Amino acid sequence: MAQLLFLGRLEDLAGASGMQVPLAGAASLEAVIGQLPAQLAAALGEPRIRLAINGELVGACREAGALMIADGDELAFLPPVSGG
Amino acid sequence: MAADVRLLDSPFDPAAELTAFSSAHESAGGIASFLGQVRGGEGVEALELRHFGPLTLPGMKQLAESVQSRWPVIALLIIHRTGVMHPGDPIVMVSAAARHRRDAFAAAEFAMDHLKSESWFWKREKSGGEWRWIEPREQDFADLSRWG
Repeated sequence: MAQLLFLGRLEDLAGASGMQVPLAGAASLEAVIGQLPAQLAAALGEPRIRLAINGELVGACREAGALMIADGDELAFLPPVSGG
Repeated sequence: MAADVRLLDSPFDPAAELTAFSSAHESAGGIASFLGQVRGGEGVEALELRHFGPLTLPGMKQLAESVQSRWPVIALLIIHRTGVMHPGDPIVMVSAAARHRRDAFAAAEFAMDHLKSESWFWKREKSGGEWRWIEPREQDFADLSRWG
């Protein structure tokens, strides 16, 4: 399993702030996102969505498709911030 | 030099914080302080700030270090709320203490501009009973670009 977290407006698209997805061994990020509903998957591919894996910022989600995701990983999808 | 950086999920008292901060740093000739609060009067019933634990507070602490490396501040206070707030509630407070006022003003303003545009917060507002996520403002990025 991988734990997915959706911040900001991505939470509304996902219908929850987080979800678990099954992993058959290790899978690429692209394959993990491919399991999600099409509208959500498309939103995660927008240029300004960033990704953190296990709390470490990786960079733009759309450029990380080949990253291998392991069982137990936590993936946080971070839209542009709108703070303060 | 001391930086006090806090992320709070419950209300804080800006006046009490400023009193404590100023009395703890008597060598400061000037303290510049900014308080951001939930703007009322535009139909906004509530505001919620979400954060991401692994990044938000560490990012605020990095910002404090960056402020300290740019200006000779004696002390810096950064307090930021998360959670649900209502009009008039304090959201963010930055106080910078320095020997001279210009450094204090600049340090506080630099910290605020970076908090607004770069810190890991996501904001939504409730009006007419419905929550709506707020997109980043172009003005916040323009404010940031002034610092080079």
